[in-house]
Amino acid sequence: MQIDLSSHIVKVYLTLKVENAGSTPTSEVLLSFPPTQADHLATVEALVTKGKRKKTTLVRLDVKPTELPDAPNDAKYFTIYLANPLKSGESATIEVLYLLTHSQEPFPAEIAQSESQLVYYRDSAWILSPYHIKQQTTFIKTPSTKVESFTRVEPSNRAGTEIKYGPYEDHLPYSFSPILIHFENNSPFAVVEELVREVEISHWGNLQVTEQYTLVHAGARHKGVFSRVDYQSRPTLNGASSLRYLLARLPPRVHSVYYRDEIGNISSSHLRTDSRKSELEIEPRYPLFGGWKATFVIGYGLPLQDFLFETSDDRRYLNFTFGCPLLETVVDKLTVKVVLPEGSKDPSAVVPFPVEQHLETKYSYLDVVGRTVVVMEKKNLVPTHNSHFQVYYTFKPIFMFAEPLMLASAFFLFFVACVAYLHIDLSIRK
Amino acid sequence: MATMPASASDLLKSFKLKTKQQELLIRVSILCLVYILAFITRLFSVLRYESMIHEFDPYFNYRTTLYLTENGFYDFWNWFDYESWYPLGRIVGGTLYPGLMVTAVLIYRILRFLRFAVHIREVCVLTAPFFASNTTLVAYFFGKEIWDSGAGLVAAILIAICPGYISRSVAGSYDNEGVAIFALLFTFYVFVKAVNTGSLAWSLVSAFGYFYMVSAWGGYVFIINLIPLYVLVFYFLDWVKHMLSDTKLFQAFLRITVTCAVAVGGIALGLGMVSGYISPWTGRFYSLLDPTYAKDHIPIIASVSEHQPTAWSSFMFDFHILLFLFPAGLYFCFKRLSDATIFIVMYGLTSMYFAGVMVRLILVATPAVCLISAIAVSATVKNLTVLLRSKNKVVQTGSTKRSGGSQSSSKALLDQSQPFQKNGAIALLFGAFYLLSRYATHCTWVTSEAYSSPSIVLAARGAHGNRVIFDDYREAYFWLRQNTPQDAKVMSWWDYGYQITAMGNRTVIVDNNTWNNTHIATVGRAMSSYEDEAIEIIRSLDVDYVLVVFGGVTGYSSDDINKFLWMVRIGGGVFPVIKEPDYLVNGEYRVDKGAAPKMLNCLMYKLCYYRFGEMMTEYGKPPGYDRARGVEIGNKDVKLEHLEEAFTTSNWIVRIYRVKPPNNRCEI
Repeated sequence: MQIDLSSHIVKVYLTLKVENAGSTPTSEVLLSFPPTQADHLATVEALVTKGKRKKTTLVRLDVKPTELPDAPNDAKYFTIYLANPLKSGESATIEVLYLLTHSQEPFPAEIAQSESQLVYYRDSAWILSPYHIKQQTTFIKTPSTKVESFTRVEPSNRAGTEIKYGPYEDHLPYSFSPILIHFENNSPFAVVEELVREVEISHWGNLQVTEQYTLVHAGARHKGVFSRVDYQSRPTLNGASSLRYLLARLPPRVHSVYYRDEIGNISSSHLRTDSRKSELEIEPRYPLFGGWKATFVIGYGLPLQDFLFETSDDRRYLNFTFGCPLLETVVDKLTVKVVLPEGSKDPSAVVPFPVEQHLETKYSYLDVVGRTVVVMEKKNLVPTHNSHFQVYYTFKPIFMFAEPLMLASAFFLFFVACVAYLHIDLSIRK
Repeated sequence: MATMPASASDLLKSFKLKTKQQELLIRVSILCLVYILAFITRLFSVLRYESMIHEFDPYFNYRTTLYLTENGFYDFWNWFDYESWYPLGRIVGGTLYPGLMVTAVLIYRILRFLRFAVHIREVCVLTAPFFASNTTLVAYFFGKEIWDSGAGLVAAILIAICPGYISRSVAGSYDNEGVAIFALLFTFYVFVKAVNTGSLAWSLVSAFGYFYMVSAWGGYVFIINLIPLYVLVFYFLDWVKHMLSDTKLFQAFLRITVTCAVAVGGIALGLGMVSGYISPWTGRFYSLLDPTYAKDHIPIIASVSEHQPTAWSSFMFDFHILLFLFPAGLYFCFKRLSDATIFIVMYGLTSMYFAGVMVRLILVATPAVCLISAIAVSATVKNLTVLLRSKNKVVQTGSTKRSGGSQSSSKALLDQSQPFQKNGAIALLFGAFYLLSRYATHCTWVTSEAYSSPSIVLAARGAHGNRVIFDDYREAYFWLRQNTPQDAKVMSWWDYGYQITAMGNRTVIVDNNTWNNTHIATVGRAMSSYEDEAIEIIRSLDVDYVLVVFGGVTGYSSDDINKFLWMVRIGGGVFPVIKEPDYLVNGEYRVDKGAAPKMLNCLMYKLCYYRFGEMMTEYGKPPGYDRARGVEIGNKDVKLEHLEEAFTTSNWIVRIYRVKPPNNRCEI
């Protein structure tokens, strides 16, 4: 087991060697989490290596949350479904990756500008498991060598940025050994409390994306003075944990990018584009210290042909990324709205993970009946959620011309009225 | 095949317009172009910066418009604003001119109804240019009414680009004047129309125009005073005509009536004021009658830059050649005296006087100046062209009479008869066009350089010629909005009040609606006292944050240190503890080592220069070198006891201090 604490998102890699000690073949492996961790669990992935030696490929396995009736202390379960059932006495190696958000607690909870940020991380020396553990070693990687303290569960030692627990032999199911690590983590805790992404499809060739962010620095709260002179002259010492800029990775061929908030344009942003990706570096109006907030909007246009495709049965579908384009950012609540063109029918969304869905109607320029909006909501997202989703719908191209025709006829009527006015004498007297 | 050209020419003939239609077509297309020109020339700021609200007062108007769109008219009318003038509050609904906000919201609703998904901010930003375009139309009709349609067209063009009007109507300058000038000119136009036609319908329209004007701007008093004056003059002139037959009687009558009228008026005014029937005039009106009044008596009016008496240079800047055309136009008006021209002459002369008294009233004079100048231009050009054309006619008739070869001789004959007129006319015409083209270039230059900066975002040239943007105001206001408690009270000088409430969404102590002089003086007193005295005032006002604007790092000159003497004066006007000489050395205002000790230790000085002594601002200069005033500051070791630095923007333009909670009482 490896725990990576270098950013505020906790990444845990498990390499499990499971052995079927029972008598019947099984294809299910249970993972268990204590309830405090389960609340902060953003994603669980399981992979299995196939092939021998150099020609190994990773195959993704299905992972589903499971409820067990006799769970001790409200432990939460995930079931990994193996591709090939494991016969009695056989063993297999499974790689599991899970990410935890909001799992590093700043202590002290309030720091001054010149102090660096210290956090607590709580876990168990060995994993909580419904199975018997024969042997386990845990490596914990800290962002710097500055570790205030860590719980000793012999054998354990620290070297550089790594703390090693174990190897431990023979632990009973559901045994638990709490550990507490107190260390320095000056990486900014960028948390987007709420993000609304609106993707508007125009069949005239443009895909307009508007993203509304509520960003907060979720690290140790800033206390007392903010001194600009210190911040400008010694930036590494003063405000080490502050959030200065964010990097957003946008699709290639992005155009008309804007970055603004309720009171206007924010001029501190840079866009770098190449043929494979675009990177937008944005600075909030002010550096974010612990507990400080900023709201802003990013918008950009994309060429439609990169994202909109037709199926064989004459339906269209949008293929777009789901998550937040900002790097190393946790999103507490994400709402993705796909605004379909006016006149589209039978929308349906395909998302690789469970989301809440409903439909809305939006009125934009010159809309008469309104546009159908597919709304998808999900909580607790990490950058690995940036996978693609699809929205299928049917659309008749004739609807494209409704609005230009409306405009044209309005102008036509206006000119006809002008001509009529000039040619008809409306006066009563002669 | 041979018939084809003939039928084509027939077709062409049938499409060919009559002269009258041609004239109409040209007139309509010129008006359309002027309409568009008036709109787009005001968009410099949008193109150069962004679609944003400018300056100070427009932010209040924008905030109220937002409130109106969100809560409806009834709530707007009854709105009591807790976010300004803490702890007094302000009855907003009853103390503003709602015309602008209602207009903007109406436009917004119409656009929304037509399914244009615009934001109210865009509507607010473009309201002033839109009304400026409408004003050009009114100017055309007005010019047509008082002179002819040629003068109307010229007036429309002149007013479309006149800097005096553009200064208050660029995109983003969302202020009352933007719609009020339209309302003013419209009311006058319809009034003159009513006078000329005697039609009741027009006078009714005029009344509605006046109603709109009253709802939009305090400048309506100009209309209500000008029209009676006009009627008086009108009657007087009529009477003069009538009485001219009997001179002796007329003179005697005049003497008696005038003295009686003046005496009765004076007594009535005096009695009314003493008994309180006539409320004493407010200071702004006094200063209109006596330009030196404000300077001596009311510092709060004198402190506003737009209330200063106008300098000749700004007349030149705002009117350019119109300043010379104006007297010429007056001459033409007197030459063809009619009811309409009497009115425009009176409007021009009175508004010119007011424009001379107060800079901001150049705006009121602008339409009159444009109209009268248009008369001058139109009449001159018309006279000249008539001269040219009549001669051409003679040439033509001459050439038709004599056939072929004798044409040149007839021309020579004509030239002999009027040797200078034709050349002179051509030269004058070219001169006029040259002047007008100079006017156009001047207007464009002024608009782009002087009147299109939002003053929220400051732009400067960097060392490499690139444009550097200082967006510190919004940085600070957004910081306040996001990172202070919802009910935090911010104390600043009144200039920034509207912006803090609109952009920072926080409660302020004083703002740009300077209705309570004592309250402003209290803030001025706090700023000019020593810290331990100021903290008493600050605590009594329940202030959480103090905001100051400081330009020492960037060289931004309209900051609080440069405004500080006004704070002292206004504070001293109410609280005699504050004395202006304490802050001056030999009548000189300075911040360096030679500054007055009270100056070096007052709260404003401390807040602006806190930790500035450690800062290197310019290469080759000592630390703590103030670039706005070009001196090294006198007190580099500023210590604050009751306040602490909460936020300073990246270029130090805005500095915000938090008021520390009182210390716990010592143990006994």
